[in-house]
This record gives sequence, C-alpha cells and structure tokens, in this order.
Amino acid sequence: MGKLYEELIKDVHLQEGLKACINCGTCTAICPAAEFYNYDPREITDIVQEQDDKKIEELLKSDTIWYCSECMSCKTRCPRGNTPGQIIIALRALSQEMGYFTESEKGRQQLYIKRTIGGWILNRGYCLYLEGVGTNGHPEQGPVWDWRQQNWAEVMKRLGANYEGKGPGILRKIPDEALEEIRQIFEVTGGNKRFDKIEKFSADKAKEMEMKLDDGTDNEYIKFIYSINNNNHNSK
Amino acid sequence: MNLDAKKDIWGNYQKEIANDHYFYLRSCVRQNFFPGAETTFLRIIKDELKKDIFEDPAHTTCTGIGYHGDIVPFETTMTIVARQFSLMTENGYENLVPSCITSFGLYSEVIETWDHYPQLLEKTRQNLKKATGREFVLPANLAHASDIIYKFRDEISAKAKYKLINAETGQPLRIVEHIGCHYSKMFPHKSIGGAEYPYVLIGMIESWGGEVVDYPERRHCCGFGFRQYLVKANRGFTFACTKKKFDSMEPYKPDMIITNCPGCPMFLDKGQFAISQLEGKSYGENGMGIPVFTFEEVAGLVLGYDPWDIGLQVHQIAVEPLLNKMGVKYDPEKKYLGLNDKYLGIPQMEKELNTCC
Repeated sequence: MGKLYEELIKDVHLQEGLKACINCGTCTAICPAAEFYNYDPREITDIVQEQDDKKIEELLKSDTIWYCSECMSCKTRCPRGNTPGQIIIALRALSQEMGYFTESEKGRQQLYIKRTIGGWILNRGYCLYLEGVGTNGHPEQGPVWDWRQQNWAEVMKRLGANYEGKGPGILRKIPDEALEEIRQIFEVTGGNKRFDKIEKFSADKAKEMEMKLDDGTDNEYIKFIYSINNNNHNSK
Repeated sequence: MNLDAKKDIWGNYQKEIANDHYFYLRSCVRQNFFPGAETTFLRIIKDELKKDIFEDPAHTTCTGIGYHGDIVPFETTMTIVARQFSLMTENGYENLVPSCITSFGLYSEVIETWDHYPQLLEKTRQNLKKATGREFVLPANLAHASDIIYKFRDEISAKAKYKLINAETGQPLRIVEHIGCHYSKMFPHKSIGGAEYPYVLIGMIESWGGEVVDYPERRHCCGFGFRQYLVKANRGFTFACTKKKFDSMEPYKPDMIITNCPGCPMFLDKGQFAISQLEGKSYGENGMGIPVFTFEEVAGLVLGYDPWDIGLQVHQIAVEPLLNKMGVKYDPEKKYLGLNDKYLGIPQMEKELNTCC
C-alpha cells in the first residue's frame, strides 16, 4: 500500500464508496459524465482498488477526476454497493491537499469555485448570491434574467423576499453573529485550511504560467481558468 | 401469493412524514432563481393547511454546492449541518424541512454517515461546541418540502380552483415529472417510492387531475453537475444533458414539466433558451418551449393563486400556453410589474426568440 492510498483510505468517502469492485461497468453505463467526457468511473474505481500509488498520482494530476458531476446515479446502480462518485470526492480532496489539482486544466478551476461559492458562503452565508451576476458570464440565462438583474431588489420584494432585511425570509441579511459562527466552524474543521491551500497552489501555478493573479475574479488567471477549454476532453 | 410479503416490499418504498410543526430551511438556489416558489410554499402550509412552520433568520447555507464543488471538506459541512440542527433544537422543533434537494441529500448523507461512524458524530459535536458553544439533537423527521406537499396533496385537491386538465377538451394535461438526483438516487429509503419508483411528484399530478408522461431519459440528470455548470468552460456538459432529456421527451408532446429540485427547473427552463439560441430548436407547440414549473408553483396554480404572485414571470420559457390550457385567469398587463404595480419595464426579447412570448 502506497502513501497516497494510505491517505485516501482515511477518507470516509473512500471507505463508504469502495467495497469490492467486480468491474462490471454498470456505473459507466449509467454515468452522464461518461457519456459526455473521456471518462470511465469503472476504470477510476479499478485504479484505486489496485492501490497503485503511481497510477493514483497520475489520476490526482489529471483532468479525469474532475469530469464527474456528483449526481450519484452510480450509487443507485452498483450491484456491489460501491459509489464511484464518493471515490471521486476523496480523490479531489487529496488532489487539493497535495497541490496536484493545478496540474490539470479542469483541476485549476477550483480557484474560481473557491472565490465565488466559497466567498459567498463566508461573506453572505449563502452558496449563491446572484445580484450582479449577469448574462455576460452566463449568456444562457437570457433576457428575463437581464430584466431581473436590472430590477433585482424590486422583483425580489414583489415575490415576497426580505431582501437584505432583518428577520426571516428570502435572501435576508444573515446576522453578523451567525456569519461569525460559520467562519469559526471553517477555522476549527479545516475549511479555511483547504481554502488557503487552493489559494497557495494556484498562486504558485499562476506565477509558473506567468499570469497575473490578484484578489477577486477580474484578473488574467481567473478569466483563463474560467473559460479555457482545450477541447480534448470529449473525443467520443 | 404471500400478500404479507408483498406489503413488506412496498413498505420499503413508503416514508413517514411529520404531520405538523416544521422547521424550514431555505434553498440558496431557489431563493435566487424562484423566490416566489418559497413564498407560495409557506402560504400554502400556513394559510391553506393551517400548519405551524418556523424559520430562524440565523440559518445559513448547508454548504451543499461548495461541498459538491469540492472546495468544502466534509468535516466542515457536517459541522455546518449540525449548526442547522442546533437552531432547530434551540427553537423547540424536531421536524426538519429543507427547501433544497441538494440540502435534503446532504442531510441524509450526514445522518447516514453518523449512523455508520458514531465517532464522526462525536467529533462533530466537539467541533460545533468548540466553534460556537452549541449543542444539537438530530431531527426526528427529515422531509423535503415536496414530501410535505405530497402528504397533503388530496387536501390541496379538495380546495382546488383549477385542475391539471385541459379546460377546453376536458382531457388530463400530459405532464413530465423530473426528480432531482439527490432526492432518491443516493438514499432511496429516505424518499417516497425509492430510486426506482419515485412517487412524490406523480402523487401530486394524479391527485390534481394530470396524466404522467413516461419517456426514455426520464431519470437522467438535468445536467447541473455543480462544477460542470459553475465554470463556463464546462457548461457544454450541462446543456448536453438538458438536450438529451428534451430530445427524449419531445415525441411524447408534454404540456408541462414539474420538478421538485430548485436547480433542475432553472436548467430545464434556461436550457431550452440556450438550445434555441445555439440550434434554433424549440420543443413545445407552435415554436414555443415546454413550460417548466416547481411543485410549489403548480400547487399554487391549482389553488387559484395569481400566477404573478407565484413568480411565474421570472421563467424564461413563457408559461402562458399552460395557463391558457388550464383556463387560469390572469392579467397579462401585470406580468412584469413590481410592488404596488410599479412599472419595471419588460424583458428585451429578440423577435426570433420563439421560446418566449
């Protein structure tokens, strides 16, 4: 057993997600990501089951582990009670712990997710806080979304929201004491540590790629990782 | 045939749902995209069903999108979930009702994990105590908001002003139901009907007069995929999934789609817009889209609520074809008005945008 597998098996996701794979391929048959990407959850499961550190390291540095959509359809279908989607969660966690995620195009995207979703969680108390997130970055949202963005607070109030208000309700201002509790939980449980690692390894990679990276999302590196697609992900 | 054994088998697909006194947790996705749906849910629970439902302003995200976007470690997520339970306990409630399917799946996952690994429950208690000084009790009952509407579907039907019936022909409307993946695919025993026969939306449709449409890709994911949608470079995955579903359901000519997840209706709604822009293709009648609804919105329509109070104006795909079929009375002039009929302008639709009205 190699060191990487030793780390992986400490993760409850791997303990729960990998019993004994019989390589039947049922997970691959049901997997939406396998249909779209060069992705095969059966293969991932087999590699981890082999406990071959060299192959696991390749996985952790690859685009492959970032293709899964975590829909968990595989959990329903596996005849042996495995969940490749859970194995993926363990692999992604270790890839970020080791800093390997910056070695792949899809892995590098973690910084964008950390700065948007992670920022909203810590600063607003919500996973999403979409006032100002317009159709420039999300053209699929369409003209009704443009109208909503132009009238965000008005439409919210029309539909019963307590937008940025005190007390209960839709998109209320979460009390400062509650936000402080969330931040303390992140500090005590390793949430901040993971955020710091994503930032540190991304800064190193941006330097290596000679790209500008400062705070926020309006900089060269973030724009690059948000939009670049080498089109080698789905040759089928 | 051994009928007792048959009863036992079907027992596995049943779910106990609390009758009253709910602790409500909002959905980050639903609040942003379908605020009127949550307003409608609370209106139905309080005003129509006369139930007690409570919301603590200090509750927060469960971190679900961050957890499944793999930026938030499980230990952090478990402790945030424990904090939500602590608020429930502190307010004297024991029946947890999340609005979000990702949250529902996550609460189910955390509870199941603690069941398998009691040491992680103990560690979470220590973490929460250290970070916040809080303690908590696990919920006695965990039900998604759609489970609650399912439980009282016949009471809603008894008060119905409109049915899911074509008012002109008297025929049932043909309805596609879409269940969020994390409702039943991960922990089938925590849902109504399990992963094979998820009955939560079918029950509503049947009770309210509609006809359920089966089609090959009925259980395929809507395409959200967390990081697959959040990052622009990956978004082709999302709309490839959406297109797969619509191509599959198109021959069955559904009148409408009903969903129980907050994200799925957004992807099925905006996805039709995206496909119309990319490929000039629309899936509904007369070059229009297929209207997509949340279960709360449909319950509100059945009860005769004004479509613009429910929030149907924020949908990209026009809902009017469905309203007209049901015979719902509405004022088209009021669709895009704000509070106190304040004029807010109207969305700037392109002429060729045939998925809109």
